[in-house]
Amino acid sequence: MRAGYGAPLRHLLLMAGAFAVAGWVLARIAGEPTAGRMLLWFVGAVIAHDLVLFPVYATADRALRARLAAPARGPSPLNHVRVPALAAGLIFLVYLPGVLGLGRDTYRAATGLEREPLLGRWLLLTAALFLASGLLYALRRWRAHHLRRV
Amino acid sequence: MRSDDTSPAGHHPPGYGFPRRGWRALAEHPPPGVGTATRAWRSPLRGPWLTSVYGLVLLVTLPLVIVTGLLDHLAYGPAYGQAFPYDVGWLRLPAVDWPTRPSWLFRVTQGLHVTLGIMLVPVVLAKLWSVIPKLFDWPPARSVAQVLERLTLLLLVGGILFEIATGLLNMQYAYLFGFDFYTAHYFGAWVFTAALVAHVALKLPRLVTALRSRPVVRELTVGRAGTRPEPPDPDGLVAAAPGDPTMSRRGAIALVGGLSVLLGALTVGQSLDGAWRRTALLLPRGRQPDDGPTGFPVNRSALAAGIDPADTGPAWRLTLRAGDRTRALDRAALLALPQHTARLPIACVEGWSTLQTWTGVRLRDLAALVGAEDVDAARVRSLERAGLFNRATLAANQVLDPDSLLALRVNGVDLTPDHGWPARVIVPALPGVHCTKWVASIEFDRATA
Repeated sequence: MRAGYGAPLRHLLLMAGAFAVAGWVLARIAGEPTAGRMLLWFVGAVIAHDLVLFPVYATADRALRARLAAPARGPSPLNHVRVPALAAGLIFLVYLPGVLGLGRDTYRAATGLEREPLLGRWLLLTAALFLASGLLYALRRWRAHHLRRV
Repeated sequence: MRSDDTSPAGHHPPGYGFPRRGWRALAEHPPPGVGTATRAWRSPLRGPWLTSVYGLVLLVTLPLVIVTGLLDHLAYGPAYGQAFPYDVGWLRLPAVDWPTRPSWLFRVTQGLHVTLGIMLVPVVLAKLWSVIPKLFDWPPARSVAQVLERLTLLLLVGGILFEIATGLLNMQYAYLFGFDFYTAHYFGAWVFTAALVAHVALKLPRLVTALRSRPVVRELTVGRAGTRPEPPDPDGLVAAAPGDPTMSRRGAIALVGGLSVLLGALTVGQSLDGAWRRTALLLPRGRQPDDGPTGFPVNRSALAAGIDPADTGPAWRLTLRAGDRTRALDRAALLALPQHTARLPIACVEGWSTLQTWTGVRLRDLAALVGAEDVDAARVRSLERAGLFNRATLAANQVLDPDSLLALRVNGVDLTPDHGWPARVIVPALPGVHCTKWVASIEFDRATA
């Protein structure tokens, strides 16, 4: 078993269990007119993360590291840019419909209010994050400088 | 259990399965660029330990998200064909009556489902970051077992990302996906859960070994300067040519935790009242329609529901029916009946909720008016003509609860059109969409009929 399949029987059973549920669900929704879209979003989510989001943020991080080489003395500014950038990016992705004002009609029907894009709020939040991080960096630099002199 | 050690998920480099020659040939013919890609992984933090820390967090929290999600389905009352999707076949949940106590039950389960789900986004992304070199491994598999395992990882990763994406879009009213949310989110959850069970069953021993390899408490004392790569692991999570650390492991964990707390802080406001609501800066329910006594959110406006003001004016009558007994009451007649006041939450599937003070007639008193004291169920119809939620069936416990009301007033004033004027149902712990607004009729089924 192990030589042919490549793992103990237990492994095969676990795989069979996962595929059984997925296969059953697939058969269940196959009749839905939108089944193709669901499948597209399911596989598309993996592609969007693995082959778009990850390469984009990894490349951005690499460019950032190349520009912000660690100084000989004192704290590195790298994480003081990285952390607020990551937070702002994550907030943008998670609250995307609110930031960009997507789905106006469903929003109006549900809330009785008009949807205004909240891009300004997101920009303010981003500015606040960078400001806080920048202040912390200035403080750390000042301390490093100060302590060296003492 | 020890036999796990030689499985694809085991500790030793797995051998080739059948057909050995085929798998070996695949391994020996990598496409151009694989070597460069392997050496391109630089983070000295990647390794079984960090992956296991993120994995452990998800192992503890994801079951909460899954269970609260299933409870939500149950709260909709699948027994009355009003939980979506309707027809779930074998994936049916056990038939239980959704309780009315504690009255904050649905507020908490659904608030937890949405808020925790959002807070886990950074953890999921961090976990994926920690294992992503595996995606570009060569050979992609050495046996049929590994091929199958990779396919279940597609179900696992696709499942969690699909659930996150559909959930986030639904709770923000942006139906970009163009398919039924309930169907997709419910069945997607089952695909994910099944893949998760298989993944945990295979990887749990590795998680334990990895976490034991460097005690968490000690690792949390190591700063950036002292951070060293983990020893090479058979899975190839540890970089072949790691760079200098730009962050400690505790820093990475604090970063993910901090992002999680930040998202939580920007979300939890939608489940709170008063000034706190505004802290949900970027969410639809961070807004208060106005500052008056009826300035709390609604899930459907009277305009969107197509409610004709002529139907809710003096001509409006509430029709009560039980068997062949019928009563029609206007608003004045309802206000003349004994009034009861209860402080009850409205909680929605999107995770938002609000606690308000409702006044109206007890549903069980209305049942008694048509001789249905022994009520088995009540079917409430709205004036709303179309729409998935223009009707709801209430179970006996939901009709008989002393706080279950046909509300006429809220916070001391009359209901507004958006809040269901002239009358709406409010039942403790019942999902908001089943607290029918603009009620036209209530039909009681008698237990002994």
